[in-house]
Amino acid sequence: MTAITANTTLPEVQKQSRWKQVWKNMRRSPAGMIGLFVLCAHLIIAVLAPYIAPHDWTLQNGYIMLQAPSTEYWFGTDNMGRDLFSRTLMGGREAIMVTLLGTLLAIVWGGLAGITLGFVGGKVDEWLMRIVDALLAIPWLLFLLLIIALTGQQSWTLILTLGFFYGIAVIRVVRGATLEYVPRDFVVAAKTRGESRLTIVVKELLPNVLDALLVEAAMRWAWMLLAFSSLSFLGFGVVPPTPDWGLMIADTRGMISIAPWAVMFPALALSTLIISINLTADSFAKAIGLDRAKAPV
Amino acid sequence: MFKLILQRLGLAVFTLFTVCVLVFGVTEALPGDVCTAYLGRDAQGTRLENCRQARNLDQPALQRFADWGKGVLQGDLGTSLKRDKPINDLVATRMRNTAVLGLGAALIGIPLAIFLGVLAALRRDRTPDMVISGSSIFAMTIPEFVTATVLIYVFAIQLQWFPAVTTVRHNAPLEQLIPNIILPMITLALVMMAHILRMIRSAMIDVMAGDFVQMARLKGVPYWRIVFLHALPSAMLPAINIIALTIAWLLGGVVIIEQVFNYPGIGTLMIRAIYDRDLPLVQAIALILAAVYVACNLLADLSSLALNPRLRSAR
Repeated sequence: MTAITANTTLPEVQKQSRWKQVWKNMRRSPAGMIGLFVLCAHLIIAVLAPYIAPHDWTLQNGYIMLQAPSTEYWFGTDNMGRDLFSRTLMGGREAIMVTLLGTLLAIVWGGLAGITLGFVGGKVDEWLMRIVDALLAIPWLLFLLLIIALTGQQSWTLILTLGFFYGIAVIRVVRGATLEYVPRDFVVAAKTRGESRLTIVVKELLPNVLDALLVEAAMRWAWMLLAFSSLSFLGFGVVPPTPDWGLMIADTRGMISIAPWAVMFPALALSTLIISINLTADSFAKAIGLDRAKAPV
Repeated sequence: MFKLILQRLGLAVFTLFTVCVLVFGVTEALPGDVCTAYLGRDAQGTRLENCRQARNLDQPALQRFADWGKGVLQGDLGTSLKRDKPINDLVATRMRNTAVLGLGAALIGIPLAIFLGVLAALRRDRTPDMVISGSSIFAMTIPEFVTATVLIYVFAIQLQWFPAVTTVRHNAPLEQLIPNIILPMITLALVMMAHILRMIRSAMIDVMAGDFVQMARLKGVPYWRIVFLHALPSAMLPAINIIALTIAWLLGGVVIIEQVFNYPGIGTLMIRAIYDRDLPLVQAIALILAAVYVACNLLADLSSLALNPRLRSAR
């Protein structure tokens, strides 16, 4: 499956049939379809949660602490007597919001920087890539924690930091994909025509690396969600009393021997979401003709 | 050859320097300083003045960076704000504990991952592969703290085989740490295995389709010989770098796993330093972990140079 070049005569027709083909390929993988289904369910629940939650998710009630699941409280109650079903429904909203925006930022800045670096090449590229490698050498969590320690844990700080840091990894991948297209005829032709650099980057190179970029976006999203929930778990993500799966697990895991459900349901919700993104990304990558297993983390 | 080694060494030094600049620079660039972050609401009047004076914050940033850098080069990481002790003393025993945890996990995880990866590649798209690849996706994607919590529930609470959290002090002798170390080690090994296994699997699939494997088969070389003596060594070459890369990933994971098990390692210390807003300590630990990562990568680079003659002549 070759990528569409900008010189194709009927791009609309080709594009449409191509995505149809990709969809057809995706439908052949049962794991991917299950992933997509669970992912969609998660997104719908996240949007509708405030309307379908049966109880107030922040209301504390000392009389019903750590109750086992019942017909009134489907998932039981937590250590402050809050309804776990409502909290589990609500618990993904903040994480999904922050990580989606973060991924968008990472893809936009990492993608543009990666294509530009691959296109410009030479000494600039060489030195900036060394800095990129150096930045990747800092374990992500430390970097995030250092910044959060200084600025506090507002949502926008988290979005900017996550987006910036994960964008660096995107640069590498996209630059690699771009290098393949830079020496091709259509890019050389555009250069000869005297197109500006911006035009070449956006109109000639971007459509070709779009495949790699989309797969990268799905992967980054899953990793970012993992990072965000880890931050929440450590107490540096979501500010209580906003419900969040990572924080809920952290709050109730000390009581796991008497109330395992209080840990189990948020853990299940978080795990299924991340796994479903991965399964979807995997089957999408295969459908589009990229082998994801070869890409390092 | 000599030039290549020098080049890699230079790159490692450059990386470490960038990390230093960044760790220091982030603290400088963001609003507030070490003292305001530490004191929080009390950051005013004489307390703030005293703290700033003790930390030489009245000096220009470059001067302080040079001093800090000189200290780091001489092996002196500075003093902790909260604990008022040299960071070197705080870090030493915790480093030992984390090293034991990490090495233990690597010793179990890497050989097992190689074995399972080879098995999955040889039985590609059949039951063993489905089981191995499927569970590796789970081990990779489920957050470490969830895996750890499940392991605690099963092995510490239900079966009562191991303690749920570590209660010994950070400077306890190693034999007291041993029973506490097993669950964190398993958690770490699981995550590590999943990443390495996937790499080995895809490298093995590529290699087994190669001409030289075909040739060996036609010559009638026994199957296990082909797999372990012909194919695996060349499949290992790309995997070495990935193993080093996963270490960066693990260093992040170690922080969380140590926190879950209350294991007295460098990660727990780092989290505590962040709760206390003890930035000098946070900076020092970030630097140490980055240095470990750079060292691992350097080692991987050098060993793939040693093992793969093609890399030596390519440039």
